[in-house]
Amino acid sequence: MKRITAIIRREKLEDVKDALELVGIHGMTVSDVRGRGQQMGIRESYRGMDYCVDLIPKVQIEVVVDSEDLEKVIETVTENARTGDIGDGKIFITDVLDVVRIRTGERGKKAI
Amino acid sequence: MLNSGDTAWMLISTALVILMTIPGVAMFYSGLTKRENVLNTIFLSFVSFGVVSLLWFLFGYGLIFGGDISGIIGSQISSISLTALNSASEYAPTIPGGLFAIFQMTFAAITVALISGAVVERIRFSSWIIFIPLWFTFVYVPVAHWVWGGGFLQNLGVYDFAGGLVVHLTSGIAALALALVIGPRYDQKLMPHHLGYSVIGTGLLWFGWFGFNAGSALSAGNLATDAMIVTNTSAAAGMLGWMLMDRIKTGKPTLLGALSGAVAGLASITPAAGFVDIGASIFIGFLAAVICYLAVSWLKPLLGYDDALDVFGIHGVSGVIGTIGVGLFAIPSLNPALSGGGLITGSTALFTSQVIGVVTVVIYTFTVTYILASLLKKWRGLRVEREDEIQGLDINLHEETGYRLT
Repeated sequence: MKRITAIIRREKLEDVKDALELVGIHGMTVSDVRGRGQQMGIRESYRGMDYCVDLIPKVQIEVVVDSEDLEKVIETVTENARTGDIGDGKIFITDVLDVVRIRTGERGKKAI
Repeated sequence: MLNSGDTAWMLISTALVILMTIPGVAMFYSGLTKRENVLNTIFLSFVSFGVVSLLWFLFGYGLIFGGDISGIIGSQISSISLTALNSASEYAPTIPGGLFAIFQMTFAAITVALISGAVVERIRFSSWIIFIPLWFTFVYVPVAHWVWGGGFLQNLGVYDFAGGLVVHLTSGIAALALALVIGPRYDQKLMPHHLGYSVIGTGLLWFGWFGFNAGSALSAGNLATDAMIVTNTSAAAGMLGWMLMDRIKTGKPTLLGALSGAVAGLASITPAAGFVDIGASIFIGFLAAVICYLAVSWLKPLLGYDDALDVFGIHGVSGVIGTIGVGLFAIPSLNPALSGGGLITGSTALFTSQVIGVVTVVIYTFTVTYILASLLKKWRGLRVEREDEIQGLDINLHEETGYRLT
């Protein structure tokens, strides 16, 4: 099992969510996060003074899937979160040792 | 002889000016601060209104508008009796005396609230509450008497229609002095947490300013209408002037810039609203925006003071421009109260007296505010603890948070 942590633009959340649903992925955890990539944020101007805003608000989606669904999910997220501009985000993939569904006590693939 | 039309207009004007402080200034300022300080910023304006409302009738009004001692201060202390206020004031014979008094009170209240913008995000709330009566008594009251209450500046021929000297210059200069005494914030970034609030605040200010300036005609007629028109055109010119500066300097117009320019246009036309025509108002508003822009983006970093929300850079500078603007553009036919015209009419007397007015008010306000702030700093401290400043004032000073989203 794998956990896919995708950090994407806020405005792309709905697209990604809908697209994941179409490929059969329903469960996810979404959080508001702030961060920066290699471009070191953006510049904003207030009353004639420039300020560097180096932590940009983003959305983080976490999805845990069976390993065989991994590529499908990566492809879906990448396609739907992309604008081609700087700041489209990143996807991190990590191994998941086990999953437990609290209500039933089910483990592993069945609990996803 | 009381006039019901004038009285109705002045009751409305008074209510309009109240709207400028709470919620106008409060909203405008609160949107510009960090989210952790949104309530404290609003509170500084709110509490100013409360304290000044009491001081005004306890002694403020009498010492400004009641009699005169050597051109320096009024001779009456208390105006707490409503019976005393029922007779019409010599300043506004067609409306009830009490209405003139409360209309003037709203000016004092907003002046104090404006100063808070310079020291938001770091001033101790309790010290602010002590600063208000001190500053009101030793700066606002005498200056208002000098300019409006029969004091020496008025006798010198200084004209200030609705508060360029009394409101904007005093608050701007006091803001600078207080900011210098209290010192810069640890994090001086101006990162407005909610510009939408500032839009609402500016809208309320613009709206209320019609009471402020057109109300200063003290009657419902041509003068009030003229003042209303030039107030609006100056604000519009100020907005466009700042947008142009933004475009030239950074390539993009900003909303905060447009709001700042509108306020600069409104503040700069305030002393001139009853004395100049539309063309002059456009010039004054536009010029104020350009010069205020430079004060904020160039002078402030150059000198290194931390006037958090640019009270000096916008209100102080606009107060100077508008007051001098009277000396340049005043037309006697617009307002019979004028004894002579500005430079455009070929007369230099008014221009000279306006310059004297500016210099006197700047020196007096700066000196006294600096002394009061320094004494207060020595006595009980002006500034919050470093930790409170970093974590935010709402939770540490008031045990409240502006946003409980989880």
